[in-house]
Amino acid sequence: MSNKVIQAIYADDDVLLAAVKKVKAAHHHIEEIYTPFPVHGLDKAMGLAPTRIAIASFLYGCVGLTVAILMMNFIMIEDWPQDIGGKPSFSFLSNMPAFVPIMFELTVFFAAHLMVITFYLRSKLWPFKKAENPDVRTTDDHFLMEVSLSGNEEELTSFLQETGAVEVKISEKH
Amino acid sequence: MYTFSNKLRLSAFVLMIVGVLGLGYGFLAAPGTVEEAKAMVADAHHGGGHEDAAATHDAQGTHDGEHATHDASHDEHLLHQLQNKPWAALYVAAFFFMMIALGTLAFYAIQRVSQAGWSPLLFRVMEGITAYLLPGAVLVFVILVLSGVHMNHLFVWMDPETVAHDELIQGKSGYLNVPFFLIRAVIYIGGWAAYRHFSRKFSVAQDTAGDNNNFKKNFKISAGFLVFFLVSESMMSWDWIMSVDPHWYSTLFGWYVFASMFVSGITVIALITIYLKSRGYLEEVNNSHIHDLAKFMFGISIFWTYLWFSQFMLIWYSNIPEEVTYFVSRIEDYKLPFFGMVVLNFVFPVLVLMNSDYKRLNWFVVMTGIVILIGHYIDIYNMIMPATVGDQWFIGIAEIGGVLFFMGLFIYVVFTALTKAPLVPKRNPYIEESRHFHY
Repeated sequence: MSNKVIQAIYADDDVLLAAVKKVKAAHHHIEEIYTPFPVHGLDKAMGLAPTRIAIASFLYGCVGLTVAILMMNFIMIEDWPQDIGGKPSFSFLSNMPAFVPIMFELTVFFAAHLMVITFYLRSKLWPFKKAENPDVRTTDDHFLMEVSLSGNEEELTSFLQETGAVEVKISEKH
Repeated sequence: MYTFSNKLRLSAFVLMIVGVLGLGYGFLAAPGTVEEAKAMVADAHHGGGHEDAAATHDAQGTHDGEHATHDASHDEHLLHQLQNKPWAALYVAAFFFMMIALGTLAFYAIQRVSQAGWSPLLFRVMEGITAYLLPGAVLVFVILVLSGVHMNHLFVWMDPETVAHDELIQGKSGYLNVPFFLIRAVIYIGGWAAYRHFSRKFSVAQDTAGDNNNFKKNFKISAGFLVFFLVSESMMSWDWIMSVDPHWYSTLFGWYVFASMFVSGITVIALITIYLKSRGYLEEVNNSHIHDLAKFMFGISIFWTYLWFSQFMLIWYSNIPEEVTYFVSRIEDYKLPFFGMVVLNFVFPVLVLMNSDYKRLNWFVVMTGIVILIGHYIDIYNMIMPATVGDQWFIGIAEIGGVLFFMGLFIYVVFTALTKAPLVPKRNPYIEESRHFHY
């Protein structure tokens, strides 16, 4: 069972964007696109679903805020309510202004770090990960579109060449 | 070209008339003598309570004489507070609407200097709003002059009798004296109005010019204005607001007032833009422009909160008696407005304007904008009222009348100014970029 994909290489992001639209219009399935830099509007042209990482980050921020409040309420008010420099430790609210800097920082800390970790997990990135690069030029100045191959090989090759690809090759991978 | 609809013009006049009636009622209802003032307070407390307390005091029968003089000065104080109420209502509303125009002017100058590509489409809206600056500031100036000639007791340092017994104010009299105070006010207002006048002139002239000379001149005077504005706004906030509490001082006060006026100004730009677009003007304004304005509303609301909290927390934390009375009087007598405005100006915008999609919905931006404007009115209210009317505050007929009057005037002046020039600048070098702005 060979799993063949066709790889079309483009030299310009505008040509790539136009090609993506044509390929979508012809109802071919785009497996993946490799670009050396973010191409504005590429996700829209490919029809990718919008990211939900901002929502995750908001929820992490709420967690951070809760951690900060519970922690300081326990330590400063419930466990050992000392008189430190005359600050009122009678209730959380009576001493709240002093806690706000920590509440703020922990909210940001949780929101930022957990969001970054979520990003790594979802995009499967880690230090010793083997790079998944089908062509070394895609990190420098070339753009590569992988289209799943089903049916006529030659027809798809010539179709991709017409979209402005500088090179089209068939590769067996995955 | 925009045409001022008759309906809107009529509502502006109705607002002004209702406002004048409300303010007039406030002035008529203010007590003229100590006896009237005492009767008003007794009525408000449903009688009884005070007399009982007085009776028990008298029963103790000690230091009667001392008590009498203390009571007399207390009554005098009460009379001044009640007489101040309509004046303070007028002053807060006058300052609030002037500050919207001033905040918009600062935003406009920043857009010019930063050569922003998204906003030129909104320049005429901003210029329309800043048309209110001169009349609005002159009205504030008139109130300041009336205070200077002792028509009211808004500024205690203007009262020679108070100053005679107050060494702290005497020490500040080199800065806080009526002639210098009014001269400074003239300089601020003159500087702002001059920039507004020339910037508008160059902006309109650019429409028909053959080159970009007017645009460049506008860039230069905008940069100059921002330097002047930073200094004059800071000093204005000491003069016009902080000096109602002449014993108190705060170093970041100028910035705090600036944040308040900046976010109010941006909010009003958004509201008027949405209004004009809904009437079929400004068709090229798309929801990305609204999104940008809403982002500014969101960000500057947080900036305001940051300054509010920094000022509050530093003073609360160190608790130095000469500084902390400012917040003690606010927390004791103004608990709901003082903390309520933090909810209106921070919690509400943060939760509502966080979502990127919501910032593109007109009704969402309008709703949040109205909440933000109410919040910043209460902010100014909290700055002025505790020092002028103390615990006698109430948002009643005079306060609402003041807001309605200036709102009517604001609408009239702003929408009249909008009819004077095409709503889309023609030869602005960035206008094409602004038309196609998409985020």
